[in-house]
Amino acid sequence: MTNRTFSAASLALVATMATVAASGRDGWTPEQLDELRSMSLASLEPLPRDPTNRVADDPRAADLGRRLFFDTRLSANGGVACSTCHQPDRAFQDGIALARGVGTTARRTMPIAAMARSPFLFWDGRKDSLWAQALGPLESPVEHGGTRALYAHVVADAYARDYEEIFGALPDLSRVPRSAGPVPDQDAVSAWRALSGGQRDDVTRVFVNIGKAIAAYERGMELGPSRFDTYVAALTSGQPPHGILTDAEVAGLRLFIGKANCTQCHNGPLFTSNEFHNTGVAPRPGLPVDHGRLAGATAVLSDEFNCRSEWSDSRARCPELEFIVTGEHTLDRAYKVPSLRNVGERAPYMDAGQLATLAEVLDHYNRAPAAVTGHSELRPLRLKPVELQQLEAFLRTLSGPISVMEPAPARSTQ
Amino acid sequence: MTSTQRIDRSMVRRTVLTLAALAAAISMTACSHAMMMIHGTGAKRPAAGEFGLGPRTSAEGRYVATLEPATPLRPRQMQTVRVSVRDADGRAIDEARISVDGGMPQHGHGLPTRPRVTRNVGDGIYEIEGVRFNMGGWWEFRLAIAGSRGADTVTFNLAL
Repeated sequence: MTNRTFSAASLALVATMATVAASGRDGWTPEQLDELRSMSLASLEPLPRDPTNRVADDPRAADLGRRLFFDTRLSANGGVACSTCHQPDRAFQDGIALARGVGTTARRTMPIAAMARSPFLFWDGRKDSLWAQALGPLESPVEHGGTRALYAHVVADAYARDYEEIFGALPDLSRVPRSAGPVPDQDAVSAWRALSGGQRDDVTRVFVNIGKAIAAYERGMELGPSRFDTYVAALTSGQPPHGILTDAEVAGLRLFIGKANCTQCHNGPLFTSNEFHNTGVAPRPGLPVDHGRLAGATAVLSDEFNCRSEWSDSRARCPELEFIVTGEHTLDRAYKVPSLRNVGERAPYMDAGQLATLAEVLDHYNRAPAAVTGHSELRPLRLKPVELQQLEAFLRTLSGPISVMEPAPARSTQ
Repeated sequence: MTSTQRIDRSMVRRTVLTLAALAAAISMTACSHAMMMIHGTGAKRPAAGEFGLGPRTSAEGRYVATLEPATPLRPRQMQTVRVSVRDADGRAIDEARISVDGGMPQHGHGLPTRPRVTRNVGDGIYEIEGVRFNMGGWWEFRLAIAGSRGADTVTFNLAL
């Protein structure tokens, strides 16, 4: 009888322990727990090297890049820097539908943190490295609005010592006008054509190195843990995750990895597959025709600064270009799947800021309207209003800090 | 004795509760699968035994292929996969032309890259580069093989 009492008591104990363990998992199955872990920042792989940029991990280049990033002299009117649209206090974006530099663009500003992990940059993926991306806005007539000759002169005037320490001697720019480059401005093009091939290469090399320094700075922008990551860490350690997420947020997470089908594209620790999809978001009225990835995939293959270009620091193969999908009708008006990290901090949404709020975005996915151009891959979700609210509540748990490189301590003068 | 009976009763209660919770969980899972079917293409995931790297026999039995990834297959990574191609009697098939295709039947999309054979290693082994799966789940990975035994297709079901 004593034995029986003991065994019954131990069985009861086991049952109690099982209940505690189950509550420690907050009702998730082992498969779901694996999926949650795969979406946690703890699963983020180390930052991949960028062999096309030999200064990618050089702290001196990152420090120069940081100063260039905030320097408005790198613009036609002296009023626009990278930080004009990529504002540090707004998770490096600007909070408006269409980015504004010296003019107004046709696209929504994208965030920068963790972008070094993305094989293709911009909404249409027309660039294949951070440094090649950084050069695009500099020569855009509506963003920085200047020319590569202007930017080479700014570096020679203001950053000569730091530049030469990293990249070697600056070229002689005394016979290079300040406005010259392959941009839509005819005078600038004429001045560019008047230069010798050697002069053009000299200018382009400085221009490319500006991009590589900015890229070195941007590589340091990494994401810090959100409440979602804290929740998954608690689940993983077996601690009861109480008080980290609300019931509505957990319900939203269940929908996110379940019937709302969000993880089809928004998967992994950055909540993106880094691919391109047409989700039937209507173009913003008044903008030029925009085919998204269909044009971007072709553009990156012929980009002056792509991985295969003479300006890359690597002669190795370029698998992303070698195995790229081009010319498929599915690419028409397909846009990059953005990371959902900090998504609650960066309304409005989509490639041209067409949707003002997260609620509008979720309503769009729920209704899945047909695409105006190309074919939407969405199917109606038929979620209830309360479920859409739960999804929105969950998305707002993905906000977290962004770590950036601090300015280097002032150097002693010698 | 009385205390034992009390424990027994509480155990019964616990067991009943656990079973009820289990049943609820199972019915919820079934429910969410049903929803997936509504929103997906309706393709039915094959049985567990149909998954894996092979050996896998082609549709018309001409070839047996086995996948040998250079590193374990993971989502969102560009990867290299070797495939060993043999005939039904186990003889290596050299000089075959192999094209690669695939996708997610339940989501109706193909591969995010265009992988292809970049090297004939010899002894019936071919190297496929540019393989990427952009999410976890059930993927089909199809090889169209044109070799000395004729043209045939082998389809792998992969669980990423």
